[in-house]
Amino acid sequence: MTGGSDEWWEGNAAVQVPAQVEYEKATSVEHALTLLTRYGPESRILAGGHSLIPMMKLRLAQPEMLIDINGLTELCYITLAGNQLRIGALTRHAQLLDSAVVGQYFAILHDAERVIADPIVRNWGTVGGSLCQADPSEDLSAAFAALKGTMVIQGPGGAREVAAREFHTGPYQTVVRPAEILIEVRLPIRAGGGSSYRKVARRAGDWPVGAVGAAVWLERDVVADVGIGLTALGARNFAAAEAEDYLRGRPATADNLDRAGQIAAENCRPVADQRGPADYKRHLARVLTARVLSEALSRAGG
Amino acid sequence: MIGVREKYEGNGAYGPLTRKEDARFIRGRGTYVDDIKLPGMLHAAILRSPLAHARIVSVDASAARAHPRVEAVITGADLAERGLAWMPTLSADVQAVLATDKVRFQGQEIAFVVAHDSYAARDAIELIAVEYDPLPPVSDATTALDAAAPLVRDDVPGKLDNRVFDWTAGDKAATDEVFAGADVVVGCDMVYPRSHPAPLETCGIIADFDAVRGKLTLWSTSQAPHAHRTIYATLTGLPEHKIRIVSPDLGGGFGNKVPIYPGYLCAIVASMATGKPVKWMEDRSENLMSGSFARDYHMHGEIAASAAGKILGLRASVLADHGAFNATAQPTKFPAGFFHIFTGSYDLRAAFCEVTGVYTNKAPGGVAYSCSFRVTEAVYLVERLVDVLARRLGVDPAELRMRNLLRPEQFPYTCPTGWQYDSGDYPRALRLAMDMAGYAELRREQADRRARGDYMGIGLSFFTEGVGAGPRSHMDILGLAMADGADLRVHPTGKAVLAISVQTQGQGHETTFAQLVAGELGLSPDEVEVVHGDTDQTPFGLGTYGSRSTPVSGAAAVMAARKVRDRARIVAAAMLEVAPDDLEWAEGTWRVRGDPEKALGIGEIAMAAHSSIELPAGVEGHLDASAVYNPPNLTFPFGAYICVTDVDPDTGEVAVRRFVAVDDCGVRINPMIVEGQVHRGLADGIGMALMQAIVFDEAGNCLGGSFMDYLLPTAKECPSYELGATVTPSPHHPVGAKGVGESATVGSPPAVVNSVVDALAPLGVVHADMPLTPASVWRAIQGRPLRPDLAVE
Amino acid sequence: MKLTVTVNGTDHTREVEPRLLLIHFLRDGLGLTGSHWGCDTSNCGACVVWLDETPVKSCTVLAAMADGHRVRTVEGLADGGRLDPVQEGFTQCHGLQCGFCTPGMMLTARWLLDHNPSPSEAEVREAISGQICRCTGYENIVRSVLWASRNGG
Ligand SMILES: Cc1cc2nc3c(=O)[nH]c(=O)nc-3n(C[C@H](O)[C@H](O)[C@H](O)COP(=O)(O)OP(=O)(O)OC[C@H]3O[C@@H](n4cnc5c(N)ncnc54)[C@H](O)[C@@H]3O)c2cc1C
Ligand code: FES
Ligand code: FES
Repeated sequence: MTGGSDEWWEGNAAVQVPAQVEYEKATSVEHALTLLTRYGPESRILAGGHSLIPMMKLRLAQPEMLIDINGLTELCYITLAGNQLRIGALTRHAQLLDSAVVGQYFAILHDAERVIADPIVRNWGTVGGSLCQADPSEDLSAAFAALKGTMVIQGPGGAREVAAREFHTGPYQTVVRPAEILIEVRLPIRAGGGSSYRKVARRAGDWPVGAVGAAVWLERDVVADVGIGLTALGARNFAAAEAEDYLRGRPATADNLDRAGQIAAENCRPVADQRGPADYKRHLARVLTARVLSEALSRAGG
Repeated sequence: MIGVREKYEGNGAYGPLTRKEDARFIRGRGTYVDDIKLPGMLHAAILRSPLAHARIVSVDASAARAHPRVEAVITGADLAERGLAWMPTLSADVQAVLATDKVRFQGQEIAFVVAHDSYAARDAIELIAVEYDPLPPVSDATTALDAAAPLVRDDVPGKLDNRVFDWTAGDKAATDEVFAGADVVVGCDMVYPRSHPAPLETCGIIADFDAVRGKLTLWSTSQAPHAHRTIYATLTGLPEHKIRIVSPDLGGGFGNKVPIYPGYLCAIVASMATGKPVKWMEDRSENLMSGSFARDYHMHGEIAASAAGKILGLRASVLADHGAFNATAQPTKFPAGFFHIFTGSYDLRAAFCEVTGVYTNKAPGGVAYSCSFRVTEAVYLVERLVDVLARRLGVDPAELRMRNLLRPEQFPYTCPTGWQYDSGDYPRALRLAMDMAGYAELRREQADRRARGDYMGIGLSFFTEGVGAGPRSHMDILGLAMADGADLRVHPTGKAVLAISVQTQGQGHETTFAQLVAGELGLSPDEVEVVHGDTDQTPFGLGTYGSRSTPVSGAAAVMAARKVRDRARIVAAAMLEVAPDDLEWAEGTWRVRGDPEKALGIGEIAMAAHSSIELPAGVEGHLDASAVYNPPNLTFPFGAYICVTDVDPDTGEVAVRRFVAVDDCGVRINPMIVEGQVHRGLADGIGMALMQAIVFDEAGNCLGGSFMDYLLPTAKECPSYELGATVTPSPHHPVGAKGVGESATVGSPPAVVNSVVDALAPLGVVHADMPLTPASVWRAIQGRPLRPDLAVE
Repeated sequence: MKLTVTVNGTDHTREVEPRLLLIHFLRDGLGLTGSHWGCDTSNCGACVVWLDETPVKSCTVLAAMADGHRVRTVEGLADGGRLDPVQEGFTQCHGLQCGFCTPGMMLTARWLLDHNPSPSEAEVREAISGQICRCTGYENIVRSVLWASRNGG
């Protein structure tokens, strides 16, 4: 759904049912890839459909062929593999929220999932769909940017890995090619880490006015590494790289966190919409960055 | 619930009875308009304008007509041929049914497509080609009267500006004099933003014209089926007795289902043209963008007081944005509704208000949304001003209100603008609310928190409404006086069927009205069936809105029941071989005075009334009766609300922590239902205050066209409400009841806003406009408030 | 395309357009009008039904996606003639007014109580936070669910 822009109506006739479309159920990842290749760029993967179907209802999206991957239970998992947490692309938001292992290592994901959409939407929307939709307001994109995850993309010729921060190429655009599927997200588990996510919304279930996620790794009282992700705040690659650079190697003092917030705010380019004017969003970038850093630190616990 | 015990205790039929209507709804067996499927029924969709203001150069529907599933396409030109391109509004203006000359707001109706299924109808609207010649729009009401403003209504001969009306109430000279002599005068500019009632079920209709019988049947989401029937008859030329309107179960209304929308008329024309039933249901975007909006008042208010904190006078000047057509629903004499009840609950010397209505390139409508005909805006104005005054005087806002509230002995009270308040004990209600809230303790907590840098707010409001329109001598809509009928039939076995003119949208009429009749006749509510929403089966009346069902139609039902009871007395006297005067009505029976053994209930009497028993001359048998109720006055419910909020000044987030609401709506027939009405209104208030607003940009684009942008509160923004009650019966209503359907919607927004402004007082904030979204709260703190009516810069 | 959906325990096979939304399949195709439609943007929850074991917004799911799956609607909430405790609760606590949101609310409540038999007030509010009610201010819906939790789950 078009969370970033609330002017979707402009110039569009309100047509609240999808246009004609073909439909096929994929029976395996290979089958899905075959179908994608066969039907070409006008075909679309249908995961939870909670972004795609609303866009089709408004006829902002008019694919000719839908390839339903909901039957691919093999893409629906959360597993520990060595020092990595692996999340299948078809994992539903609700499953991420319910997962104890996710909560244990990545509190940021539980923080985020608690405020993504609403419980019913979370039952059906998927992690992969969220990332591939690439809406600038999508919460998980920033969370994974903060965690410096890796996306695994499968194509006819095999799988490739892309860093979370290289996954999005712009609003509603990713590096996933027409005949490819995102199949997995990998998150590195590192000792000494803590993370947190905070979103300001006008109401429960609304898209963020702005949100920030952070992950910090401490060595003694010094920030050994840090990831900061910004949602809906006009940050390049959903990340506050300048603020991270500032903080890395510095002691985790309140002043330094505030300064990091300030730097994050200075380096993002939020746009005004009905959720708020640009100056307010920039201010949020600052306040929320400092807050999530502080909470992430309190969770880091060595 | 805390409060005074119910007054009419003896009446066993009143009380928190579970609802009769629930049985079908909990099983998914309600029948809403969209649930109805008639044989051969066609489905319609409307093409709407993407532009706010443009001349229509051409409309080409040929491709849509050629669509294999399309049966007909109706354009403005087609309607013009039948003289139906324009229709009257409820305010005696006219409104385009399908645009012919130009479009005047985004979302305006252009063409009506009728197809064999709803998907095909929607496909086909995309095939219609419209050529527009764009015109500059006016979407900012504050510029609508500028000389350079684009003219919205060039269809009205001689119209040279965008003025709809100028209207005043009160005594200007007396008010100016009071202000000149006052120690303190404070003022405030405030906007009551445009909102929308947004019932969960959108509006819709099925038109079914039977050419053979010459009869038009309409299944319609209508809060006022009888008034609609009369209007359709006038419009279409069909005789009124050949029009039947069925308003089945409605998924809420709140005012949205009072007007007649262009789609309804198109469906009728389409059914007459195709000879088949035609269904048209709004999408949500159509509902929000073109259906009846509410509020949109730009207000400047001033309040005058003595240094000791005695309120002396009030002044208000208002700019009312009526959109492209003046389609507000209110009694004809009152272009600003009952706004001039803005003196509120206070004893003051003089008041004066002036209201100017303007046309803009925004959707038409107005008033609608549980507002008691603009009492909402009035209460907001005075309650904000009282808080601003309290701040200036350094007096606690509760204390200032207590000092100035009308005293019980002043009732009936005539306010400076002429309303006669029927009854009230205001200080009692405010004291109860303060006790329930633990007001003194809350203020102590607030002081502690402030010392720690936490921002907690305590907001009060005290409201008086005038509801139950209304006396026929001065209240009508399009010439139809606002009186309502009731028909009561009593079957031989004593079971009763009550037919009423008003229409439930969830208020529980089937239960409450059964209780009313049962209470009068000594029956159990189970023995009374309530029929409503079908003009062929019910007596004439103006419908349900403005909290008028219980005050007007409820009174009619009681009057009919009392006629039945009087007739029953004569029959019972004949049965017991005594004179009617020897009988007394006690414990639901007519019994012989001094001989309680000799008593007859309605069941026995009804059987006799249908039998061959010899009756006195002039009594024809049966017990059936009808009544029409012409209310002598409005009823004036009131209440005291306290809202506690916590505000994060860094992010601007507001959380409503507590909401205490004490309502006095006179006698409560079903207190459970009354409380449900109050709950709803409190959620409305939280929604209005924090998130609900229909905003436009400079190009006239409506930015509130979906539930993604027009936000309604969820269970998480609403606290668990704390309700209290006092009971001051209405002296003129037959059972002492007053209306309550809109009380909380009217009373709660100022309590929330006052609370948030109170929280931010240490930061110097004196006023902030709704909706108090995080961004607008933060900007208010920065001293650079956002405009609530225009797109964020 | 041809699809088979098991609705409230009964198999229904129909020829449909792939674009058909599940809510319209249920309402117009099968005549199960208990589930409602209230918005264009997946916000209101009037359309909530169960798809297999989870509540979903049936306006945001294609009927095709339910092919080979089970759907439970309000019409399948009562066990024969016996009302579900949630249905009883909504009646006892005045949990509905116009009734339009009620089927969706009850289906979510049923799911919540199946997974959390004794929810707190806050948990109930969270569970129904993707669904709009314009009539009750939510108070009595929350009470209804808590009533059901105390009276037979
Ligand atoms: C009312 C509502 C509120 C919401 N609020 C929020 C919010 O606050 N925050 C938030 O982050 N999100 C929000 N969302 C979005 C929600 O998280 C969606 O579920 C998510 O964006 C998309 O997931 P999906 O599985 O439904 O994707 P789909 O709609 O199925 O797909 C989205 C896009 O991704 C493509 N795609 C999907 N999976 C793959 C894959 N594996 N490989 C390649 N391409 C793929 C599709 O082709 C499509 O183009 C909201 C949604 C709704 C309906
Ligand atoms: S109809 Fe509103 S969420 Fe489905
Ligand atoms: S009862 Fe009417 S919307 Fe909930």
